Amino acid sequence: MSQGNPILGTSPLRKEGRAKVLGATQYIDDLTLPGLWHGTTIRSTIARGRIKSITFDPQINWSEYAIVRAADIPGENSIVHLTRDHPCLAATEINHVAEPILLLAHPEKSALLAARSAIHIDYDELPGVFTIEASEAAVEALHHDPNATSNIIWSGSNSGGTPNCFKQYQMHTGEADETEDALAAAFESADFIITGEYTTGAQEQLYIEPNGVIAECDIDPATGHIRGVTVRGSMQCPYYLVHALALVFNLPEENCRVLQVETGGAFGGKEDFPSVIGSHAALLAMKCGHPVKIIYDRSEDMAATTKRHPSRTRIRTAVSRDGKLLAGTIDIALDGGAYATLSPVVLSRATLHAPGPYKWPHLRVRAKAMATNIPPHGAFRGFGAPQSLFALERHIDKIAHTLGLTPEEIRRRNFLSTGDRTATGQLLTEPVDMQHLLTRALADSGYHARRDRFAAENPTSRIKRGIGIAAFMHGAGFTGSGERRLNSLVHLDILPNGLPQILVSSTEFGQGTNTILCQVAAEALALPYDDILIHQPDTTLVPDSGPTVASRTAMIVGKLVERAAHQILTTLRTHASLPTPHTRAQFIAAAQSYLTRHNHLRASTRYQPATKIHWDDDLYRGDAYPAYAWAVYVAEVAVDLSTYTATVTRFDALQEVGRVLHPILARGQIEGGIAQGIGYALYEKCVYQNGHLMNNQMTNYIMPTSADLPTIHVYFEETPSPHGPGGAKGIGELPMDGPAPAILNAIEDATGIAFTAIPLLPEDIFERLTAYTTHPHGGTEDLNPATDLDTETESPRVSA
Amino acid sequence: MRSDPTQFALTAPASLQAVLAQLAQNPGTHIPIAGGTELMVALAAGRLPRHSFLSISHLPELRFIRITPDAIHLGANTTFTDIRRNPTIAADLPLLTLAASWTGSIANQNRATLGGNLCNASPAADTPPALLVYDATVTLISSGAAPGEIVQRTLPYRDFYLAYKSTVLRPDELLHTITIPRAYSVHRHFLRKVGTRNAQAISKTALAALALVSESPATTSDSPSTTPCARHIQTIRLAAASLADRPIRLYATEAALQNASLAPAHLDATLRRARAAFATEAHPIDDIRSTARYRTAVAANLLEDFLRSLTT
Amino acid sequence: MTTIHLTVNNQPHTLTVPPMKRLLDLLREDLSLTGTKEACGEGECGACAILLDTGSGPELVNSCLIPALQADNATLTTIEGLAPDAALHPIQQSFLQAGGAQCGICTPGMILATHHLLTQHPNPTEAQIREGLSGNLCRCTGYMRIFESIRQAATETAR
Repeated sequence: MSQGNPILGTSPLRKEGRAKVLGATQYIDDLTLPGLWHGTTIRSTIARGRIKSITFDPQINWSEYAIVRAADIPGENSIVHLTRDHPCLAATEINHVAEPILLLAHPEKSALLAARSAIHIDYDELPGVFTIEASEAAVEALHHDPNATSNIIWSGSNSGGTPNCFKQYQMHTGEADETEDALAAAFESADFIITGEYTTGAQEQLYIEPNGVIAECDIDPATGHIRGVTVRGSMQCPYYLVHALALVFNLPEENCRVLQVETGGAFGGKEDFPSVIGSHAALLAMKCGHPVKIIYDRSEDMAATTKRHPSRTRIRTAVSRDGKLLAGTIDIALDGGAYATLSPVVLSRATLHAPGPYKWPHLRVRAKAMATNIPPHGAFRGFGAPQSLFALERHIDKIAHTLGLTPEEIRRRNFLSTGDRTATGQLLTEPVDMQHLLTRALADSGYHARRDRFAAENPTSRIKRGIGIAAFMHGAGFTGSGERRLNSLVHLDILPNGLPQILVSSTEFGQGTNTILCQVAAEALALPYDDILIHQPDTTLVPDSGPTVASRTAMIVGKLVERAAHQILTTLRTHASLPTPHTRAQFIAAAQSYLTRHNHLRASTRYQPATKIHWDDDLYRGDAYPAYAWAVYVAEVAVDLSTYTATVTRFDALQEVGRVLHPILARGQIEGGIAQGIGYALYEKCVYQNGHLMNNQMTNYIMPTSADLPTIHVYFEETPSPHGPGGAKGIGELPMDGPAPAILNAIEDATGIAFTAIPLLPEDIFERLTAYTTHPHGGTEDLNPATDLDTETESPRVSA
Repeated sequence: MRSDPTQFALTAPASLQAVLAQLAQNPGTHIPIAGGTELMVALAAGRLPRHSFLSISHLPELRFIRITPDAIHLGANTTFTDIRRNPTIAADLPLLTLAASWTGSIANQNRATLGGNLCNASPAADTPPALLVYDATVTLISSGAAPGEIVQRTLPYRDFYLAYKSTVLRPDELLHTITIPRAYSVHRHFLRKVGTRNAQAISKTALAALALVSESPATTSDSPSTTPCARHIQTIRLAAASLADRPIRLYATEAALQNASLAPAHLDATLRRARAAFATEAHPIDDIRSTARYRTAVAANLLEDFLRSLTT
Repeated sequence: MTTIHLTVNNQPHTLTVPPMKRLLDLLREDLSLTGTKEACGEGECGACAILLDTGSGPELVNSCLIPALQADNATLTTIEGLAPDAALHPIQQSFLQAGGAQCGICTPGMILATHHLLTQHPNPTEAQIREGLSGNLCRCTGYMRIFESIRQAATETAR
């Protein structure tokens, strides 16, 4: 297809990179509009209760301010995600700390500070439900007594759930009854039954740019009628915000315009949340008649926006003496927070990744997302998979230790391979070679030699070293029939200068969307990369090519761009005598000649599955994902017995992600994901007290610095896939899945102690290593977040 | 940003005398601000109690490193970067160089001053344990009776703190000089910080130690139970962060280790005695960053690591 | 309000501002130099890092922690002043080529921290690189491409 040098597989400069290194890129807080006002959010200081009264201190001249309450919302008071249970502003009931109650705007930012402290909200406070276990206990109580509703914090009615439970899934390897019989038989006769419980904590996305938007509202001056709203902001999914605005303002979607501004990191944290802050700013713009900017400061962003779902996974496995998995049951519970938001789909990905890259003759996965009085948990890179893969990959090591096999051998005896069926019954028709990935990962990382050396050195050292592995996969694209439902659309235009411009709603937030889509178009059109333009997403100009999530952009949207490019070539060859092959000049000449006659040239492509995809949502069986990326990660740790600190001292990551489109960007994705995974495992703990996130600052929410991370070695195995352009698959989320289990497996290798919970902090290691007392809690359970000995703290630092 | 900067006064008096005069005029009204790396954080968080500030960062009289044969004199405005770049400090007071390198980030070390670090009086601060084992003294200045007169008083740094975030500094006084003897060339120096991460971390605990190890029999011993022997501790100073409401010297542990034997046969007994004494004077708390149990255990481990290092 | 004089990217300015106004806000609001970013507001992340010379040479500082008054008579360099003409500074070029910038929000601070590092250590060791950047948080890259950018910049500058 292409002439000259190939573009896919090379590393051209990031499209918007020059502006970024010059500091010329304008993020949302760098923008202003004429007559701009500033907005702020008044939030609940309690986790659960009812608003009794709101008092405005008369010392403030409130007529200078725009004030929005729930009653001012012209449409429905709800932020639509999958359900409509999530209020845009709390009217009376409070379900989590930092729940928005009022919105204020003023031309002067400083005037908002004074006003915030002059609003007093009184509550009737109710005891909060803060953990999965407390939420389950309330459901249990309800089973015994239908009147025991005091701790039912989410009714479930009208939102597809049950009391305190947003969603449940049940997945079997076969027909349900038969599988249950087979499970019973297998557990009856197996050589070993091995059980385990694994927990993971909340994790903050910690994009370096906090959430922010600027909204405008177009009001007919004659009638006062709202004609439309426009929101610019830092976000991943412009069309999600369009849907939210349409409901809040009761406007047709075409009157809700959303523009994505250059976005300073997202990681899922700007998938669903911009619907909230975007609606808020638009309501203030409606009220004051001016553009309104809301920029969260760090502490508000951390206290009020989404985190990764905490989880608890229980695994029970029947295993033969020779290390074959015979049967298993996996029970997953996620803490969804106060409203459903994206929990059902996060739970779905957790369910579908729970079996890992293994053959399960008989398996049942049950999963549920429980309601708690914590700010809603939401999307974060990995989206449920890191939780269940942490549990499984720790459990596989437990099986190995129980049976006396090596971590390597237990995996080899159970890996899926080409032609096998996954636990959902998906036939793996494309090549899958986990055996080779494991062999290569161990060889490239020098695993065996290091493991032997540590075993020899550890007995005489205060520093215990260990090495651990994790084998896993990540499904690219939306689950099951999701991509068909999304029905993504892409346009490729030829501009008057004869050169192409890509129009997609896919957003750039550092991961490289602009660059790889332009590479795909350049390669397909046989044009230089620099000739391809991509338009900043503006929903009045770009089609809905789906959300920028789920490791789908390169594979799904990239394929659509590739197909659109081929359509353009066909058109120009058929109608404008473009020769095959062609030069750049010939392309431009043909394109301009076509434009002279037809005025415009646009190719539009809609999603079509590359292969037949069957998915049954009721049985939760079939082809769960169009394609999977596969990986084996190797972590080396050092545990210092003086300080009980575990440090990752080396990390090796081998993955098969199809064709690598841009080696530098791809490495950047893998390394960045691993860094977040190391933080997830060993550093990043969300410390809550009565539903308040107490460490909502960068100084006490501990993400790794450049001095904390090991050298990360990245290797790719390239097996072209039919699903993505040039053979690519999804890559973005995969690296989040493997580090935590590999690291805890390494810590067990180093210390002999099987830790089952993350984040694993030195205090937790200390309590287990020195477990000679019967201390009631121990470890980080004993943290007292109300106190900071370095800094006097009188009260929780929440945005109130 | 939770504070409105228009609500705060800040002036930069032209001289040290002018600063002292203003402090004396309305004691307790003004807060001196040097590098700002603590106070500006408090300002952003809306935690600043008073609203009037006197900038002292521009005063050359407070930014000096003076080396004399017996001591190193550091002006209160000496930045952590100044400390790190000084070769004499690195040679004579390696723990101070090390502690400076652990204080915040490079960008903050370029602004933050030693004086500010001490006056902020955090029990978790990085330089106090080093200064405590080096037996520093501090010189405080204030306005005298005559116009332009500056009076000073000098006291041992170990007596500088009164309670949590509280020092002997009067509202009319400024910290002027930190003086450290150059007397430790034959000593063993030890400092280890255990923080939440490797950089930009506030310590969970830290231990500084300075000891003179002797191979010859001790001539005097006020601890009759101690049998002086071939290798023993002649003198020892220990100090810690985050084990109390202020940075502390570990006097009881020091006393227990005076003349303690480091011979292989006696080492376990020495370690036991050290740990027992240490337990009587470590009183950390549970806070957002760590637990009391962890802090105590780790600091004791660091003490043991140091003592073991003295055996070779 | 107080009147201060300062030179930013070789341009002299006289401004009347609240003396306690953060230098960060002065740059962004009064001088429209928005390349300097705010991400934590407490000196933890380095997104607001600039080079400040108050008489003893340019030093890397966090502009969110400096009251405007303390920059009186100072000379500042922000990301906008690193490459005054249209060309990229070698550090900017290496960040662009080696993948040191992803979302870009930490990039101005990272590049100025690198500038400061290479001034102190023209051929930095891995440990010096890690320490030199440890006050600049990046959530995208895991720092590896940034280390590579710095190694390339050091090589380029040495030529």
